[in-house]
Amino acid sequence: MSGHDWPLWEVFVRSKGGLSHRHVGSVHAPDPKLALAHARDTYTRRMEGVSLWVVKSTDIIASDPADSGPIFEPAEDKVYRHPTFYDIPDDVKHI
Amino acid sequence: MYTTELQKNVQAIETAEDLALLDAFEARVAADEFIEPKDWMPEAYRKTLVRQISQHAHSEIVGMLPEGNWITRAPSLRRKAILLAKVQDEAGHGLYLYCAAETLGTSREEMIEALHSGKAKYSTIFNYPTLTWADIAAIGWLVDGAAIMNQVPLQRTSYGPYARAMVRVCKEESFHQRQGYEAMMALASGSPEQKRMAQDALNRWWWPSLMMFGPPDENSPNTERSMRWRIKRETNDELRQKFVDITVPQAEFIGLTVPDEALAWNEAKGGYDFGEVDWEEFYAVVRGEGPVAKERIKSRRDAWENNAWVRDAAAAYEQKQRGRAAA
Repeated sequence: MSGHDWPLWEVFVRSKGGLSHRHVGSVHAPDPKLALAHARDTYTRRMEGVSLWVVKSTDIIASDPADSGPIFEPAEDKVYRHPTFYDIPDDVKHI
Repeated sequence: MYTTELQKNVQAIETAEDLALLDAFEARVAADEFIEPKDWMPEAYRKTLVRQISQHAHSEIVGMLPEGNWITRAPSLRRKAILLAKVQDEAGHGLYLYCAAETLGTSREEMIEALHSGKAKYSTIFNYPTLTWADIAAIGWLVDGAAIMNQVPLQRTSYGPYARAMVRVCKEESFHQRQGYEAMMALASGSPEQKRMAQDALNRWWWPSLMMFGPPDENSPNTERSMRWRIKRETNDELRQKFVDITVPQAEFIGLTVPDEALAWNEAKGGYDFGEVDWEEFYAVVRGEGPVAKERIKSRRDAWENNAWVRDAAAAYEQKQRGRAAA
């Protein structure tokens, strides 16, 4: 009885010019045009955006939470990548 | 709209499950971290969430029915536009929630089938009839008011997609309650007949609204685990008390009387004492014996079946387009 749902699309909204598109949720639709129409009705009823993207959910490649250690932890011990790591005397200006 | 979790028969954690994973999960939840779809979670957590979120989604969808049939009879163009927007919001809320439930591995089709077959529950409140225009005002004020009370804490629920859906829902729900109270205010300050209509609607919707928070804490066996898992953030009785405390002054302000003789301000606890909800009635409605339960599900099924041609046409169009692109 399963398997008749329309494909799932992830919806991204640009809330105003100058900002990036941001993920807001998903919709089911048979084709890209209807996916956009459904995204508009579902996620922008109150002027939430000026631009929409829809992407088939199956086209998104996601990292595996089980691998988040090897992927993200190496950054943790590299504090020298942040400006606050460096001690500069207060008298030195504009740095 | 909101439904409290109505069927509580989830199995205990299966012993085969890795206890270390369970410990890590419990620690994350206790630290108020969010659980995301691909993270490990106990089966009981997944099942409870699927049921809770899908019941919540069904409530939004069924909630459109009692209001939808008043759109053509709204007393002015202004009220009609407002009601139309509200009903459209309820559809949106249902869609946010279905998508959140789908991230747990169920499908839209399975959930809709469960609603139509009567296997899935939805909020008991929608199995009461909407007899007059004042009922539509009362629903916005009381039912959406109770829903907000329930939903605000769920913005911090432990399951990320559910919490995010709740943030969107709560943002939109406030309009629902305010338009309802404003419509009630208009009736309460109108002709004697309009005022009677407002009072009658309050009389009929007050107790069913208190039932929306679910059974009393002592009869809500899984509350403790749901609180621990941050699927629930406040108990049924705590939320019910809060609702009474904020709603009674709102009724008084427009000159309406809450239909509860036991209602009295209790200075010591800083809240109202109120009468006992008729739990027999609540459980009867949960069992599907609500006054218009059959009618609601029939309307829902009819809407689904009578509009199947739209879905079929959309699917056929997509196939045709794909065929052309391939040619």
